[in-house]
Amino acid sequence: MTGARSGDIALELRNLDVTFGDGDSSVRAVADVSLQVRRGTSFGLIGESGSGKSTVLRAIAGLNGNYGGTILLDGAEIPMPRPKSFFSRVQMVFQDPYGSLHPRKMVRAVLMEPLQIHGIGDRDRRIAEALQAVGLTPDFAYRYPHQLSGGQRQRVAIARCLVLEPELLLLDEPTSALDVSVQAGVLNLLDALRRERGLTYVMVSHDLRVVAHMCDRIAVMTEGRMVEELDADAIYEDRCEDPYTRALLHSSKGYQRKDTPDAAE
Amino acid sequence: MTEHPITDAPPTRESLRDWLNAPVAKSPGQARAQSIWRAAKRLGGNYAAMAGLFILIVLVGAAAFAPWLAPYGPFEQDLNRRLLPPSADHWFGTDQLGRDIYSRVLHGASITLRIALLAAAIAGPIGLLVGATAGYLGGWVDTVAMRVVDVFLAFPALILALAFVAALGAGINNAVIAIALASWPPIARLARAETLSVRKSDYIAAARLTGAGPLRIIVRHIMPICIPSVVIRVTLNMAGIILTAAGLGFLGLGAQPPMPEWGAMLATGREFMLTHWWLATMPGIAILTVSLAFNLLGDGLRDALDPRHG
Repeated sequence: MTGARSGDIALELRNLDVTFGDGDSSVRAVADVSLQVRRGTSFGLIGESGSGKSTVLRAIAGLNGNYGGTILLDGAEIPMPRPKSFFSRVQMVFQDPYGSLHPRKMVRAVLMEPLQIHGIGDRDRRIAEALQAVGLTPDFAYRYPHQLSGGQRQRVAIARCLVLEPELLLLDEPTSALDVSVQAGVLNLLDALRRERGLTYVMVSHDLRVVAHMCDRIAVMTEGRMVEELDADAIYEDRCEDPYTRALLHSSKGYQRKDTPDAAE
Repeated sequence: MTEHPITDAPPTRESLRDWLNAPVAKSPGQARAQSIWRAAKRLGGNYAAMAGLFILIVLVGAAAFAPWLAPYGPFEQDLNRRLLPPSADHWFGTDQLGRDIYSRVLHGASITLRIALLAAAIAGPIGLLVGATAGYLGGWVDTVAMRVVDVFLAFPALILALAFVAALGAGINNAVIAIALASWPPIARLARAETLSVRKSDYIAAARLTGAGPLRIIVRHIMPICIPSVVIRVTLNMAGIILTAAGLGFLGLGAQPPMPEWGAMLATGREFMLTHWWLATMPGIAILTVSLAFNLLGDGLRDALDPRHG
């Protein structure tokens, strides 16, 4: 781990362990993962499908309460079930924008609900601001999800997180379900939001280029274990030690020419 | 509200169509109206469903205006004119007490409608609530609720309704309660299945991440997903409810004579079936027509309310 001062650490995982099922059929999805995320930085988690990277995010968010180990936010352990105040500090963007918006709710209702739950006033102004922040015009508030494109949906999902003004965003492959042409727009938006608002990101992806572009620190996971943690520069300069990381790097480079079996989703 | 005031007060007739078809809604009301308008257009394109709706509207009209439409009173006896076949004077013939069957069928429409709508209005919400709660909460709540449903489903609806009526006493209100008690379990099953298919979805996870509690998620997020299929199921069930009500009437446990309830009329007509066919046939045709109308409408609603269309 880096020698960062403890006040700088927005999120810390200590020996996170997640097991699904019991007895013989149990699967240890995440085994002994420890990491620290510094405030205002972006932390990337990469690995093939089934490596447990999304499970880590869901454990942090409290969607999966059955975890062992400790999750600390600003140095304080967060209780399970998560208190309401937690959700105004930590929000999550899901992978599939077609599944993360309620099909029968107008965008306005989607953005209104968090404000109602947390008793925040001045709602129409906040909704308009959140839409503007993600690059949508105010009249998008009156659309239903089926009237939006994938990129627009993902922007609405990001706006839903932003209305609560969180400090930490958990990004679960936020662009992997989008067209390549739209991916860049959403990634640049996320990058700009982080800089403007001083947000901290934990981003999961199987796309090395995305993670290398977005993140300062990167952890590599396979079969539920974290095998290596490195700086983004190390990816560009090919400075990694673990054989699995090498293989992952190699496979992503050879992606276009060779017909090696693609490990990624 | 400050940046984009709601300025659309549309209802001038020319602009209403444009307002409903506008590609971009400008207010929550307009967006909702457009959504309903699109569903209505889909339903309107389905001729079978429109035929069903038409029959039901006629039925409601008949029920509402029976006293004016019927040439005779429903209880008016004329023992000189017993068991007359259908004629210009008595369109559906007369029964064994000389009552005009056409008038009785018209008056019976309101009874049948009341039974069907009341039973559906009780069974639908109960089934929806039980199913959505069991499906979302899972665990022992689910187990208990579904075993209760299993017990109910183990008996045919009519037998179950019979048992309830036997316990509650014969009569039309008890028949409604009995039918409602017998018809919520399939709806609960349906709502639970629907809930199970969405409870792990990302938008429910996202709702949990906004800090919403289970009650809010069930009522605000799960139920809107279940409602279309429950509405469809209830509409399709209407036929079954009417038939059960008729069955109870037929067995003498629903509406009591001399009430012109269709099932009860059918039951009395049974005695004369071989010699005077119209006594049983006329109320039978009425039951058949209404059941068919509800089924056609239910089928059309299934297409129009498909959740994937929003």
